[in-house]
Amino acid sequence: MERYAPRARSDAYGRRINREHSPLVALALPWLSILLGSLLPLFIIATALPLVPPTGYLMLVAWRLLRPGLLPVWAGFPLGAFDDLFSGQPFGSGILLWSLTMIAMEFLDRRIPWRSFLQDWIAASLALLGYVLATFLLSGAQPGIPGLVALGPQALLSVLLFPAAARIASALDRWRLTRWKVTG
Amino acid sequence: MAPQSRSGYSKRAQYTLFTGYILAGIGALVGALLLAVSLWHPPFLAGLRGSAQDMAAPATRSAAVARTESKGLIASIQGYLRAGSQNAALKREVEIARIRLKEAEAVRRENATLKALLAIRDGDVKPVAVARLVGSTATSARRFAYLGAGSEQGVRVGMPVLSPRGVVGRILETGRNSSRVLLLLDSESVLPVRRSNDELVAFAEGRGDSLLRIRLINLGLNPLKVGDLFVTSGAGGYYRPGTAVAILTEKTNDGGVARIVSDPAATDFVAVMPIFEPTAVKVAETPVDQAVEN
Repeated sequence: MERYAPRARSDAYGRRINREHSPLVALALPWLSILLGSLLPLFIIATALPLVPPTGYLMLVAWRLLRPGLLPVWAGFPLGAFDDLFSGQPFGSGILLWSLTMIAMEFLDRRIPWRSFLQDWIAASLALLGYVLATFLLSGAQPGIPGLVALGPQALLSVLLFPAAARIASALDRWRLTRWKVTG
Repeated sequence: MAPQSRSGYSKRAQYTLFTGYILAGIGALVGALLLAVSLWHPPFLAGLRGSAQDMAAPATRSAAVARTESKGLIASIQGYLRAGSQNAALKREVEIARIRLKEAEAVRRENATLKALLAIRDGDVKPVAVARLVGSTATSARRFAYLGAGSEQGVRVGMPVLSPRGVVGRILETGRNSSRVLLLLDSESVLPVRRSNDELVAFAEGRGDSLLRIRLINLGLNPLKVGDLFVTSGAGGYYRPGTAVAILTEKTNDGGVARIVSDPAATDFVAVMPIFEPTAVKVAETPVDQAVEN
């Protein structure tokens, strides 16, 4: 028998017969990627300046803007607490800032429900700049002018890296909904 | 992507959304409270952080090995590219270094004689532990590094961390197999120093932007010169005197701005040394009206 349309039984997430989405992967992947993002700066020794962008927060914002409603509003609490364990900030700053971010994003969804990527980028940039500044002020050290100036490269890098983070989140999102072969 | 948070007419969905908001609000409040406690009392939840760090340590340790090895490869490639001119410069430097070495030898012998005369026992100080710097808080405005040795290796809070070049920082928190180091560059780090060639004392404070601020104790005419080397003075009892700290790069009216000698990013292994004068540290920590326990 001749197959006349080989792709007829598949969509962007793979073939459909005998395959199903995995609820585990679909639900855990965003969380895991954010947790990994929190761990990532740990591997880099950048002692001169706080140069590395807050990758965990970057992933959180990327996922939140890409898929509103996938992460619950309260997700900032556990994820922020995990970030606090490794970020070197005083414990609680991540919980506070990440929770506030999630609430702020809800309000953004109310005001501007339909957004282009550019608007997402602007929203993410504002969030990242606010976050970098707030972590500096809440770092437990006396904030001084030289330290503030030293934040510049990190803030710039964070804003410029958002499109990459959004790409990673969307690639993971495609993988999240892949259908896996059902055995038995 | 259209937001899916509009819950429509489903009562259940509305309640779920509402509960989510309440939980998020509570989360933010709890976060603010925890933050206030941590700012007021920094060692808060240090144990939790320590064990989290211990769990991440195996991964960060192998990453540290890969990082230093790749750095070595890049350095050797660079070496080939600049071999000729560098060779000539190095030869000159070695000749001068040889002369200085002989001078230092003489001074060392003289020192030994004088110490023998005064009957001072010059005990060799053995490091408590030698380990790699396995990671750092690369995002935070604070400058902390993580060390691959902890309380099981004998590392205790307050011990100085040295690299072959000079002072790196001080142990701030210990886990079982890892510990957190407060680097000299952190804006909360203050280290008593003196100029290497005389007794001019000062404080070296981190500025948070990869430079140290040298604050003179005796104000008046600023005797500093660009290029002055500062070493630990031993005051405070944590560090042994005479370890290199920073080189002055710029003069200001109350001291100067200095660059750290031992950039932790460029160091591979570091040594954790015992506290120089534990009694002095204990005395400094005891309130004036209490007796010091030994």
